[in-house]
Amino acid sequence: MNKHLLSIDDVTAEDIVRILDTAESFREVGTRVIKKVPALRGRTVVNLFYENSTRTRISFELAAKRLSADVINFSTSGSSVSKGESLKDTALTLQAMGADAIVIRHSSSGSPLTLTKWVRGSVLNAGDGTHEHPTQALLDIYTMRERLGRLEGLRVAIVGDVLHSRVARSLSFALVKVGAEVTLVGPPTLIPPDAPGWGAQLSYDIESVLPKLDVCYMLRVQRERQRQQYFPSVREYARLFGLTSGRVAMLPPEALIMHPGPMNRGVEIESDVADLPNSVIEEQVTNGIAIRMALLYLLLGGARDARPGGVSGRTGDDEEAGR
Amino acid sequence: MTRIVVKGARVVDPAGGRDEVADLLIEDGRIAAPNGSTSGATVVDADGLILAPGLVDLHSHLREPGREDKETIETGCRAAALGGYTAVSAMANTDPVADNAAVVHEVRDLAERAGMCDVFPVGAITRGLAGEEMAELGEMIQAGVRMFSDDGRCVPSARVLRNALTYARAFDGAVIAEHCEDASLAEGGQMHEGYHSYSLGLAGQPREAEEIVVARDVALAGLTGGRLHLCHLSSAGSVSLVRRAKAEGLRVTAEVTPHHLVFTDEDLRTYDSNFKVNPPLRTAEDRDALIEGLADGTVDAVATDHAPHAVEEKETEFDQASFGTTGLETALAAVLTFVVGRGAMTLTDALEAMSTRPARILGTDDHGRPLEPGAPANVVAFDPAAEWVVEPPFASKSRNSAFLGRRLSGRVVHTIYRGELVVADGKAQR
Repeated sequence: MNKHLLSIDDVTAEDIVRILDTAESFREVGTRVIKKVPALRGRTVVNLFYENSTRTRISFELAAKRLSADVINFSTSGSSVSKGESLKDTALTLQAMGADAIVIRHSSSGSPLTLTKWVRGSVLNAGDGTHEHPTQALLDIYTMRERLGRLEGLRVAIVGDVLHSRVARSLSFALVKVGAEVTLVGPPTLIPPDAPGWGAQLSYDIESVLPKLDVCYMLRVQRERQRQQYFPSVREYARLFGLTSGRVAMLPPEALIMHPGPMNRGVEIESDVADLPNSVIEEQVTNGIAIRMALLYLLLGGARDARPGGVSGRTGDDEEAGR
Repeated sequence: MTRIVVKGARVVDPAGGRDEVADLLIEDGRIAAPNGSTSGATVVDADGLILAPGLVDLHSHLREPGREDKETIETGCRAAALGGYTAVSAMANTDPVADNAAVVHEVRDLAERAGMCDVFPVGAITRGLAGEEMAELGEMIQAGVRMFSDDGRCVPSARVLRNALTYARAFDGAVIAEHCEDASLAEGGQMHEGYHSYSLGLAGQPREAEEIVVARDVALAGLTGGRLHLCHLSSAGSVSLVRRAKAEGLRVTAEVTPHHLVFTDEDLRTYDSNFKVNPPLRTAEDRDALIEGLADGTVDAVATDHAPHAVEEKETEFDQASFGTTGLETALAAVLTFVVGRGAMTLTDALEAMSTRPARILGTDDHGRPLEPGAPANVVAFDPAAEWVVEPPFASKSRNSAFLGRRLSGRVVHTIYRGELVVADGKAQR
């Protein structure tokens, strides 16, 4: 493992399996009455959120707390950032306060990598602009592996605004690394034409793709994209690319329906579809905590006195910080 | 009478067609006959160095007036002199904008006072760079302006540009220089649109944002018979368009920056904002086409697009960082290392593209001329083999260089401007 988790692009297939296996051992913690292990006691984790996010921030906060770390939530509204403090100065401040890990969510692509130049602790990317959202991808493939028992050879469609989706990037990079077959589906204006370079296939016709799928992964489509003329209307988008009950019937019966949330019910996914038994959207949320516990544990090197069975972690070198 | 004799250099004089070891005698700011008296002369030992006409830059942002925290005329001129330049063009996007004679005079006065190189102020084509009303080109011509540009953006209206190209025909040598960028296609673009922009999650600017405007402007040059110069070409398609325009006999010239001759969009993989430039760094094919275009003369000149920025404007989130790299102190070494050093161009041709041809585009007789008796003594002596690593301190007030940390070969040793050693042994004398 590297010292940081910045993108799936710089994580190996072996790392991915190791993270999933570690998460497996942490998931049990969440089922206990006392949902806490002392693995990161005395370590400080900062949640630095430049963009609003409920589920990711709470998930990271719970993960750190269940590992007994001290957690500081630093949101940009009402803080020094709203007074014009730069990312660099905020980073240096957190560094001076001894943050062992900084979880960053930012609207600018590449900010987590930039942050590593200024801090000595580990940096975890909780979503940067339209670049990557690696922890989401890891919890997604964890969910797939748990439900379907394998990753290699899985046929997964990622449907929607791939162009602007950090989830789509991380997920397709991760799936390709573990040997799954990825098809990106959406209107041509929202699919990067160079995506075959990612190892994914392209399709503009959702119905031709559905019958062969193990997983149908729907992306949130922002109404703003219509105003930017990426498609003519939300109505036409829903009609051409939305997951309706009729389209669910075209899926093989065992296929999973996934969505990173928050959903636009009635746009990319019909309301009833989101609540079907093969929709695993809530499981994704639950698994997110275990994945983030695993990552914090692995990146921070864990605590020598309290590792859950069979998991080992190590810290990277400080030299890596300036990559 | 002040005399300087530069001894033992290999004189590479593209305009004069010379390449030979010779001494150069300078008297009272001009090159003197080689057999003249050297009594009392300052002797400059240039053994092993190459002596060439002083370099001429068509495209610098000296930031004064308005952003003296990034650069001043004085620091910019010092950077230029250390880079081997004896003349630079100062772009009009200052604050206030150089869209009138008063600002032009101010820039010239400050340059005169700095006394390290000639500064040719570039005037704005339109008032306030707003793209709507033509600025008073005639008044600026009288103040000494030869090139006009709304650099930083293109003139969006074809009608306004048509009129500017036509109107400028009244003035001998006036050049309309365009930054070619279709704003609606390039809007929000942080880098070249392609594989890397898609996977880095950065909004891209397609090549076509530049090429559409190059094509439009070439057509307008044809329509008006006007004198058009195209700034900082970045794509293979633009080179082809210029090649065709020249074949058709249009009065079109073009420039390319050192960074576009060296780097590609792959260099942005680390989100290093020093590679965030406009137009963006494109693919290896584009870079190779630019080198080829420069080598075959389609692209006339190397221009730095020296764009100094404050540290906090670069050390920030990528999409909030300013566009641009400094260039005056690294241009010659970059071209020597990555173009001449790789056999893509001869030394003579490269020096022609950095001195003689840009001087002709500016219409100045004081630079890039044959190094013969009577010519103003604007020359540079550099060591082509000296290796150095680009790192602060710089003479420029800013340090946002795309070449930071690179090892380059070729270092300016002496720069002589109007017969005076403004750089001696690699050190600025003013």
